[in-house]
Amino acid sequence: MTVTYTSSMIMAILPEILLLALGLLVLAVDLALKEEKRRSLGWLTAGGLLAIMAASLMFARPGDPEMVFGGMVRYDWLGFFFKMLFLFAAAITALFMMDHKNLGHRGEAYLLLLASTLGMSLMASAADLVMLYIAIETTSIPLYILAGFMTGDDHSTESGFKYLLFGALTSTVMLYGFSLLYGFTGTTGIYELGAMFSAGQVSLGLAVGLIFLIIVGLGFKVSIVPFHFWAPDVYEGAPTPVAGFLSTASKAAGFAVLMRLFLIAFPDVAASWSLLLAVLSTLTMTLGNLVAMVQKNIKRLLAYSSIAHAGYAMIGLAAVSQLGVASVVFYLAAYILTNLAAFGVVVAVGRETGSDEITAYSGLSRRAPGLALAMMVAFLSLAGMPPFGGFVAKVFVFTAAVKADMVWLAIVGVLNSIIGVYYYLTVLKYVYLYRMENEDEDQHPIPLSRPYTIALVVLSIGILLIGTIFAPWFGFSGAAAVNLF
Amino acid sequence: MEFITSHLLTSILFFPALAALVILFLPKDEVKLIRWAALIASLVPFGLTVLLWTNFNSGAAGFQFQEQYPWYEAINATFHVGVDGLSLTMVLLTTLLTPLAILASFSITDRVKAYMMLFLFLETGMLGVFLALDLLIFFVFWEIGLVPMYFLINQWGGANRNYASLKFMIYTMAGSLGLLLSIQMLGVLFQTYDLPTLYQQWTSIKGTVMGLPVDTVKTVAFWSFTVAFAIKVPIWPFHTWLPDAHTEAPTAGSMLLAGVLLKLGAYGFLRLVIPLYPVESARFAGVLAFLAVMSIIFGAFGAYGQDDFKRLVAYSSINHMGFVVLGIAAAAKAAGTLDAHIALDGAVLQMFNHGISAAGMFFLVGVIYERTHTRNLNDFGGLFSLVPVYGGILIFTSMASLGLPALNGFVSEFLVVRGSWPIFTVYTAAGMLGLLFTGAYILKGIKKLLHGPLNEKWVGHLTEINTREIIVMAPLMALFLVLGIWPAWLLDVINKAVTMLF
Amino acid sequence: MTFPILSVIVFTPFVAGMLILLMPGERKTEIRMTALAAAAFALLLSIWVYFSYDVAAAGYQFQEQYSWLPALGIGYHVGVDGLSTPLVLLTGVVMFTGVLISWNIDDRPREFFAFLFILATGVFGVFVALDLFQLFFFYEIAVFPMYLLISIWGWVKTREYAAMKLTLYLFIGSVVALVGGLAMYWAAGAQSFDMLVLEQAGFSEAFQRTWFLPVFIGFAVLGGIFPFHNWSPDGHVAAPTAVSMFHAGVLMKLGAFAALRVGIMLLPEGAKHWAWLIMLLALVNVVYGAFIAMVQTDFKYVIGFSSVSHMGLVMMGFATLTKQGLTGSGVQMFSHGVMTALFFAAVGMVYNQAHTREIPKLGGFAKVMPFTAIGFIIGGLVSMGMPGFSGFVAEFPIFMGVWQVKPWIAILAAISIIITASYIMLVVRRVFFGDMPEEFVGHTHDVTVLDKVALTLLSVLMIGIGIFPALMVPMVQSGVENVLRLLGGA
Repeated sequence: MTVTYTSSMIMAILPEILLLALGLLVLAVDLALKEEKRRSLGWLTAGGLLAIMAASLMFARPGDPEMVFGGMVRYDWLGFFFKMLFLFAAAITALFMMDHKNLGHRGEAYLLLLASTLGMSLMASAADLVMLYIAIETTSIPLYILAGFMTGDDHSTESGFKYLLFGALTSTVMLYGFSLLYGFTGTTGIYELGAMFSAGQVSLGLAVGLIFLIIVGLGFKVSIVPFHFWAPDVYEGAPTPVAGFLSTASKAAGFAVLMRLFLIAFPDVAASWSLLLAVLSTLTMTLGNLVAMVQKNIKRLLAYSSIAHAGYAMIGLAAVSQLGVASVVFYLAAYILTNLAAFGVVVAVGRETGSDEITAYSGLSRRAPGLALAMMVAFLSLAGMPPFGGFVAKVFVFTAAVKADMVWLAIVGVLNSIIGVYYYLTVLKYVYLYRMENEDEDQHPIPLSRPYTIALVVLSIGILLIGTIFAPWFGFSGAAAVNLF
Repeated sequence: MEFITSHLLTSILFFPALAALVILFLPKDEVKLIRWAALIASLVPFGLTVLLWTNFNSGAAGFQFQEQYPWYEAINATFHVGVDGLSLTMVLLTTLLTPLAILASFSITDRVKAYMMLFLFLETGMLGVFLALDLLIFFVFWEIGLVPMYFLINQWGGANRNYASLKFMIYTMAGSLGLLLSIQMLGVLFQTYDLPTLYQQWTSIKGTVMGLPVDTVKTVAFWSFTVAFAIKVPIWPFHTWLPDAHTEAPTAGSMLLAGVLLKLGAYGFLRLVIPLYPVESARFAGVLAFLAVMSIIFGAFGAYGQDDFKRLVAYSSINHMGFVVLGIAAAAKAAGTLDAHIALDGAVLQMFNHGISAAGMFFLVGVIYERTHTRNLNDFGGLFSLVPVYGGILIFTSMASLGLPALNGFVSEFLVVRGSWPIFTVYTAAGMLGLLFTGAYILKGIKKLLHGPLNEKWVGHLTEINTREIIVMAPLMALFLVLGIWPAWLLDVINKAVTMLF
Repeated sequence: MTFPILSVIVFTPFVAGMLILLMPGERKTEIRMTALAAAAFALLLSIWVYFSYDVAAAGYQFQEQYSWLPALGIGYHVGVDGLSTPLVLLTGVVMFTGVLISWNIDDRPREFFAFLFILATGVFGVFVALDLFQLFFFYEIAVFPMYLLISIWGWVKTREYAAMKLTLYLFIGSVVALVGGLAMYWAAGAQSFDMLVLEQAGFSEAFQRTWFLPVFIGFAVLGGIFPFHNWSPDGHVAAPTAVSMFHAGVLMKLGAFAALRVGIMLLPEGAKHWAWLIMLLALVNVVYGAFIAMVQTDFKYVIGFSSVSHMGLVMMGFATLTKQGLTGSGVQMFSHGVMTALFFAAVGMVYNQAHTREIPKLGGFAKVMPFTAIGFIIGGLVSMGMPGFSGFVAEFPIFMGVWQVKPWIAILAAISIIITASYIMLVVRRVFFGDMPEEFVGHTHDVTVLDKVALTLLSVLMIGIGIFPALMVPMVQSGVENVLRLLGGA
């Protein structure tokens, strides 16, 4: 088989190439720096990631969708948009890692982050089951390590191990599904599978069975009920910046795959999986929100809330329409910004107070008004209040549901967001209303280092922008959605 | 000047309110200035009313000096005012009594500014009712007059003022509720509130209204109007607010309450009930007459039973207003007859007469109360020897109130009785019985206060009535006499109006 | 290009709020001055809009339209008609007086004014919105600062409970309405959220009947409609003074206004079908609210329940679907807004000095704060529908409207007038007159000049409209004509 190289081959994986280069650079600089200076690797990583974003936006914007590398990778807006999101999330996460006492001065942490981002980028554009599987593993393995990075800490170790076990198990099931798919259809190309199904080579019952196997694997990634059990424990134990990354970029990558796989490979049985996803979405939202209500630990609360958010995003997918996909993409974009900001605040506060209990947030608005404000922005956006991104995003997925005649699903979503409002506001109550035990907040200011400040300001403005001037973002989401139909 | 003559009614109506606003900006410590400003401000409408009176053509039918401006166009209510003989009489009464009441209030020292302002607002409120030719405007002023009165009682009243003022307010408002609803219904039906138009349209409406026979609707509306006015007059058994309100009100407040506010109810009967519901009025006139007679009798009994001088005078108001209502009922029953006209002449004149005599009586009660701080008749006795001038004035006023011939009360009560006799013979006869008790309670009051053994404790403590107070009484006493001897100047105006109207 | 006055009004508070957030927290005077300047600016602009609105031409004026998200037909489209112009003015007034009254807030004034102003932006935004999405957008913006404002600066005893209850109630209502709005969007098939387009959509009767109730009631929750009124008195009581003013004065109008604009104007057939139910619910509001207000012993609860009762009249006027009824409701929204703002301002002034709101424990405050007493009395007279004040001008046409539809409801509702009169008079007497309890003597003083300015401004508005209805009614009526046109020229 002869392969002719074209420029679009390079362009298709330009971000990945640059990521690899950046990783190598980090590794090299790591060696050159003394331990106490290694914190500045964070600047390098974040700056590098942003540079990659800029370069990709300038040179590697996709034109008409195109299969490259013999159908391994599809070069299209869907993949590209997600890649940009991952790069951005990784950059922010790098900033958050800088002042983390276990991660900040460890070059390998940044490297792992970059490796995982590389995997996600491939996930977003993989057009072949094999490629997809490799990408997923490339994403997951660095994350397993990062989750258990604080080797001195039992929780962190437990978290890494748990993540590994669950991840391995579910990806095995998924792999089993992939192999069956191959067995029945004789192809691993996602875009060819669709044709096979249309041709009626696979019976409906079988297709649903296969879909279920795949949902197990991807459901784990995006943490939908009933594959969500790992999330709270892992988030709680993992270093907070990593938990933030897990709950945003990794989840979004899962969604990217879900959408591509389901809409391209199984469009003919959409009615069945749409209902299945709708039911799963209902379960996910409801369970996530209900359990989040009773949490005392902010990271566990955010974990359950991120489970719930996966449910909301799933509404758009269950609608099976261009608008639905666009709304999912938009939702994820808004959600990534928002949840990163939320975890960012948790990082900053946790670093000072050493606690992730919600009670530790008492008096925050007096200790650090700016931080409190960022937290309010993030939490209100999570709750779906304008003028923040979360509101518009929710409206879009509900719009898609109503359009698809799934008013009931929209109503379920609406009811769930009310529960959400309740517990998000409860947290804000600690921040703004309650006071520290001795009411001496003046004595306990929370200093904010420069990377945190930059990251939080960028995120807050981003949340506000995406919630007010949403046309460009929605334009990108729409462009991504077009590629699947 | 030209503006005033061409807008005479609005000038009379709004001058007091504007003056009150001016007083608002006077320094509150300049008590003397405020008092005089208020007095002068209240004399201006009186002067204008005299001007109005002289320019009024009593022979012409319909309303004169009409002014009409757009007011609430969305519901077709206009600011429409005008006078006929009836309202002119009442306007005269109001503008006459207000300066006297203000003069009588010169002894008030507590929050003079607010007090005087309320009085002037009250005057505008009362005048508005008499001048209104638009049902909605009528209601506006009808209600708005309550507010200053409420606060006058509530703030400057006696010990039990809270209870009394609230009762006054709630009774009247509750009474007005039916009125309000009926007015709304009329507005919905005819898309206008203009009284002259409504006189035409409402009386001639046939068929069904809102799915109900028009007769039923009219009956209900008639009663809701009637109850509102009956409470204001007040007619037995709706009278219970009155003794309380009077007892607790400050002297000048009582003067206007008895002198003018009670007339609003009677005026309502004349201006609205009979013209709008001639048929129903005739049908239910018997009931009204019965209630009127009960008012006369119970008012008299009630007055007789009082030991509190002010309560006694208050009950006498019920008694006297009973005659007004009796006259009105008789006229409603036999509209258009000579008897009816006589009865109505009497009723309207009685309104005027009672206005001045009740104001005088309440003022005199106030005079003695200010000096002794008691109104209990049993605490007095033999005071004539201490305060002969006061005693003389009191006796004179009492006689006017009692209906002694040659004084004003006699003329009007006679006319009412004369007119009603052929129409409601039994009721009128019963009312005459009540008249006997009128004499009884007035004489009781005079006896306990002025005669009998002297109560020694007042010796040296009771001062004679002063010049200011005499000035207050002088015009009233002059009127008692003039109207008793030569009532024609007023009766003529009334009679022409009554003849044309009913 | 003409001056985008409505947008400037909408975003003035927001920009000011952001500026305030950027100021250092200790510089309280500067923060207050900035807030006052912004509020005054917004007030002046809204006065300008009010007086330059061309009543004869009617319709939507001062329109601005930009596309926001063309892909879904979401636009930024603002404009005012005869119904919303008074409400814009109302918001300007309440915002301005609210700042004056809150001058002495000492706990984190920066955040307080910033949140208050974000709330104001939301409120302005809803009143001028001509795009359904935009309406929801600003609607939610108006809801959430309320939570913070109440829970942070509210009355310690109940603020957490009340704030959460309020937020959840309002949020539930609005999202239910939101789903209805989305349904309308798809059913219209015009790919547009523009309400002027949706008005012409001609939804099927069945569709309108299905969706009218969720949409109307969803919004009306914020208007305090029975049986979803429960959040309102609790919220009022817990909120700090300026927030209560905003809350009862403007926010409740937001619900009523949106219910009218989206519920009745976009789903007229549904409105006709369900008018009887709305009427009944509103009747319960009116009468029940008044009765409950009468038995309260907490000063602020009295006012809170009186708002429930008065907002019932607004809904009742809507439900008549007649010219008079709707006109009355339009005026009542303004009148009640001003009145209740004044009430809460007065309550706040008394509470600030007495530190209790138990009516039996108060008394004699007219002597120390005569301005407050007079202001409250004027508000009270408006409240009981006394002629000569704006309340009468508003309530009278509402009753006329009800007469045309269901006379017996007018008769029942009228009971509330007496109840209102009695509780207002009782409160006035017990709080402001009578003897002042020992513990307050010497510890109370008159209110500040700023407070007096606020009280005077509010009082003058109510009297002005009461005496000269023509100042406002023709404008409201021009807006109502449009509603009636949508209802089918009734």
